[in-house]
Amino acid sequence: MKINWFKYASPASFYPLAGQLVPKFAAVAAVLVLIGLYVGFFHTADQLGGSNPQKEYYRIIFVHVPTAWMSMWLYLVLAGWSAIGLVFNTRLSFMMANAVAPTGAIFTFLALWTGALWGRPSWGTYWDWDPRLTSELILFFLYIGYMALHSAIDDSRRADRAAALLAIVGVVMLPIIYWSINCPDPNNCAALHQRSDPGSIHASILIPMLLITLGFWSYSFATAFMRLRDIILTREADSAWVRDMLLEARADTGGGSGTSSGVPAGAGRGAV
Amino acid sequence: MLKVFWCILTRDITLALRRRTDVLTTLFFFVIVVSLFPLGVGSERELLRLLGPGVVWVAALLASMLALERLFAADYDDGTLEQLLLAGQPLSLLVLAKVVAHWLLTGLPLVVIAPLMAMQYSLEPIAILVMMAALALGTPVLSLLGAIGAALTLGLRGGGILLSLLILPLYIPVLVYGAGAVSVSVVEIADTQPYFSLLGAFLVAALILAPPASAAALRISME
Repeated sequence: MKINWFKYASPASFYPLAGQLVPKFAAVAAVLVLIGLYVGFFHTADQLGGSNPQKEYYRIIFVHVPTAWMSMWLYLVLAGWSAIGLVFNTRLSFMMANAVAPTGAIFTFLALWTGALWGRPSWGTYWDWDPRLTSELILFFLYIGYMALHSAIDDSRRADRAAALLAIVGVVMLPIIYWSINCPDPNNCAALHQRSDPGSIHASILIPMLLITLGFWSYSFATAFMRLRDIILTREADSAWVRDMLLEARADTGGGSGTSSGVPAGAGRGAV
Repeated sequence: MLKVFWCILTRDITLALRRRTDVLTTLFFFVIVVSLFPLGVGSERELLRLLGPGVVWVAALLASMLALERLFAADYDDGTLEQLLLAGQPLSLLVLAKVVAHWLLTGLPLVVIAPLMAMQYSLEPIAILVMMAALALGTPVLSLLGAIGAALTLGLRGGGILLSLLILPLYIPVLVYGAGAVSVSVVEIADTQPYFSLLGAFLVAALILAPPASAAALRISME
């Protein structure tokens, strides 16, 4: 059996598939986030919260950590689709990268915001140049740069490719930037205060965190596909399949159920 | 190949020396920015000594970024750039030659004038030497990275401000270790060694990776 790997690389065949996937991903996202929040708020082992009610604010990590994870992961996704687009010269890959960017930027912003909200009660200040938050801020700048470059170029082919190259440069630079922020003094990097060991997190806290992360991931798919459908329609507005589809949709809504879709579509094409 | 490199290098330098204001504007921008800080934050000597390394480096970043706009712009306007793309020579090499010329005209003057700026912040002589060395290693990295951004924003409306948005975040590692080296040299000069190793590593990596990336960006912008 021969598999056509590139079947869904064509905007025309991916458009309806994306349309079917959006509500599914949205539903999964809603369910997972609600379960995650419920478990996180009411069913944790309460190592921190129970014994000391003042520390209840720690529960913001159930949103903060997943947004931070997603913000970093989506930049990789963005750079990955950009690289695929440059290598295989597939338009849909660039559109996908383009559709992911705003969601990534929003997650980055939320990570910064929730980080500041957490910092206020625990450090006594909204902003402390903590390396993790500073890295998120730089990541936010990278997202903004990508979107600014893309929207500054009118020619969509050049915009796609230029922004893709920028995303790849960004993904190469990110580890270096991250490291330089985390270890500004190379003489004693051992004193890095950022140490995360997933094993040390209690399961009742880790599980809701992971549930919400999966929920946010699902949400990212839903929003990216929604945006992708808009981008496809805008870019392919002149192509035959978009025209036919729009005419069909117009016939379905305006012409009543009795009219067959073929006749008004033909008539419409004559008018266009 | 060396001949082509040399040819572009001398051409760019000759062109720039015929219009010296471009070179001098960058230099004076650097001088003005550095001189403004004491007026803004107050002129207490201890405070300035702490701020000095960071201020000089940030000013160097901004100056080298402002100069980047001109890296390809003139050649793009008069069509020379298209000829370079068609020249049948490796484009990375041509880009590298242009970047080296650009650094000699905008980066090197900053290195030379830095001691004067450092004196405004009453830095020690040893710190001034460290600053010059760090700038000499760091500013070429800025030019190399910036060339990618300059190539991507070629011919765009408001290209200059966009360029800063794209490129300044990428300058952070150089800023952190460049300014860090100067700050540390005040305490213990031997501790500056890892900073210089890192800056040197950045320079080598940028020399290898940045010209092909700029060449690819130029091809995208010119097609």
